Amino acid sequence: MILNQLPILQVVLPLLAAPLCLLLKNSTWATWLTAVTSWLTFFVAVFLLQQTLEIGSQSYSIGGWTPPWGIEYRIDALNAFVLLFVSAICAIVATASGPSVIREIGRDRAYLFYCCFLLFETGLLGVVATGDVFNLFVFLEISSLAAYVLVSFGRDRRALSAAYRYLILGTIGATFYLIGVGLLYQATGTLNFSDLATRMPLLEDSRTIRAAFAFITVGIALKLALFPLHLWLPNAYAYAPSIVTALLAGTATKVALYILLRIFFTLFGSNFSFGTLPVDVIIMPLAVAAVFVGSAAAIFENDVKRMLAYSTIAQIGYMVIGISLATVTGLTGGIVHMFNHAVIKTALFLSLACAVWRVGPVTMDAIAGLGKRMPLTMGAFVLAGMSLIGVPGTAGFVSKWYLVTAALERGWWWIALVMVVGSLLSIVYIWRVLEAAYFRPVSEGAPTGEAPLLMLLPTWTLVATTLYFGVDTRFGVGMARLAAESLLGLVP
Amino acid sequence: MEFPGLYNYWIVTGLMMGGLYIVISRRNLVKKLIGVAIFQASVFVFYITIGKVSGGTAPIVFVGNMTYSNPLPHVLILTAIVVGVAIMAVGLALVVRIKEAYGAIEEDEINRQDNNR
Repeated sequence: MILNQLPILQVVLPLLAAPLCLLLKNSTWATWLTAVTSWLTFFVAVFLLQQTLEIGSQSYSIGGWTPPWGIEYRIDALNAFVLLFVSAICAIVATASGPSVIREIGRDRAYLFYCCFLLFETGLLGVVATGDVFNLFVFLEISSLAAYVLVSFGRDRRALSAAYRYLILGTIGATFYLIGVGLLYQATGTLNFSDLATRMPLLEDSRTIRAAFAFITVGIALKLALFPLHLWLPNAYAYAPSIVTALLAGTATKVALYILLRIFFTLFGSNFSFGTLPVDVIIMPLAVAAVFVGSAAAIFENDVKRMLAYSTIAQIGYMVIGISLATVTGLTGGIVHMFNHAVIKTALFLSLACAVWRVGPVTMDAIAGLGKRMPLTMGAFVLAGMSLIGVPGTAGFVSKWYLVTAALERGWWWIALVMVVGSLLSIVYIWRVLEAAYFRPVSEGAPTGEAPLLMLLPTWTLVATTLYFGVDTRFGVGMARLAAESLLGLVP
Repeated sequence: MEFPGLYNYWIVTGLMMGGLYIVISRRNLVKKLIGVAIFQASVFVFYITIGKVSGGTAPIVFVGNMTYSNPLPHVLILTAIVVGVAIMAVGLALVVRIKEAYGAIEEDEINRQDNNR
């Protein structure tokens, strides 16, 4: 039955399509192949989510080797949800990518780009689907290696040094994670998530386990770009091709956050992570600092892509605040914000990709009067930007509402205050773009005209999604609450 | 605790810190990659040594009752070595491209050229 094979199909589809792209050596075909594969993967994820909602979590043993000896893929409410939106973002970005990739990377190299795109998707989906700590490392490195290459495709030569820095810091992060896994294996003799989780309560006082926890947390925080480990992110996002930025912003950091959730709650358990070793008192101030530093840096940035990159650092701060609250409402808020931010940032970066397609590098001067020159593109930017700020009626409002509620539930009113101030700061930087695009005069001979429909349609689809989930919160919040409850062990 | 105790940990820690220090302190892009390689190698050594059972032989088919080393960390590290090789390849390829684009592989020189535009 093919329905039993869905967990592995998810990963195998893009993995098989990647070398095909290389063999085709034809950029048009590679574009289509990538888009079709990504959509197929998305439908697999939809089926998986449906199955998970019907029969609860499911386990798939690779090659018939029963866990905990073999590698297990375990799908529960959390990863079914993450798989769904990561594959959805990959599919939408792949659909929109054609014109932008040909203009920014060139027709002769585009098939290589799509090969890396699919490998990147393989890595991400593998990380999310797997239930084995070492397998997770391998997939994490597949996605990261593909990401380094994707960033280096940028036209500006600074993309190369950005990719290099990303490679060095990413590798150090992954190696830290590997050290942690080694220590875990040494203390427990197993690599399987659920097997590790059952052994963990007996080992809470072991110094080896504590060291493992510290190494893994720091390693993943590097991949996540949690302040102050975010130094690789702004340049990598700013100089990567626009399509790559949209892809990375929507997926890579979200998957790193997913790993953090798994490590804190499933593997070590919330009693250990927030009781024995109070990780919340470390990551909460860092997350708060991320909100302020990211937003402040965004306000003074002149390149819109770089500005949104700094804003991503601030938004990661919000999500980590949600995690560090470690209550059902807090986690729900964190997970919903992860989903909403993935959609919002991809929409913003895709609309920038449209702008780049027409005007080149999007500095504040280059986008002067863009509201008149590219009304549909800037319209999408405005609506997604409002959602980023958290205007009521948009998805961004829903997740911030949950985060603020969770902070107040714990009696931490100052955290709620931080989030409100952070939102005010985001009004400032989004306004700077709007001011340039709508109230500055159009300079003579500036390139005018809309981006191709193939890019506009996916962008508007994402914008419509964030507006829809701002009104109808049943799906996003419902899934996030289910995931949060299963993480905290409230439901089996 | 007697000194040096389990001496493999001292070697691993020394290599690890040395590698990390090179990454942080050197401004030359190739030297930085060498630091990363040493850093990763220390983790490989760590994995390989924790699989050793004292008095154990290689875990191959044998007759009778024998102690053998744990093969799993060794297998894991084979995979990690492959990942390390791939990272090195991509890193060095990037350095080649950087040299072509900037004519330099010193970080200070690259930063100077970027800031002067």
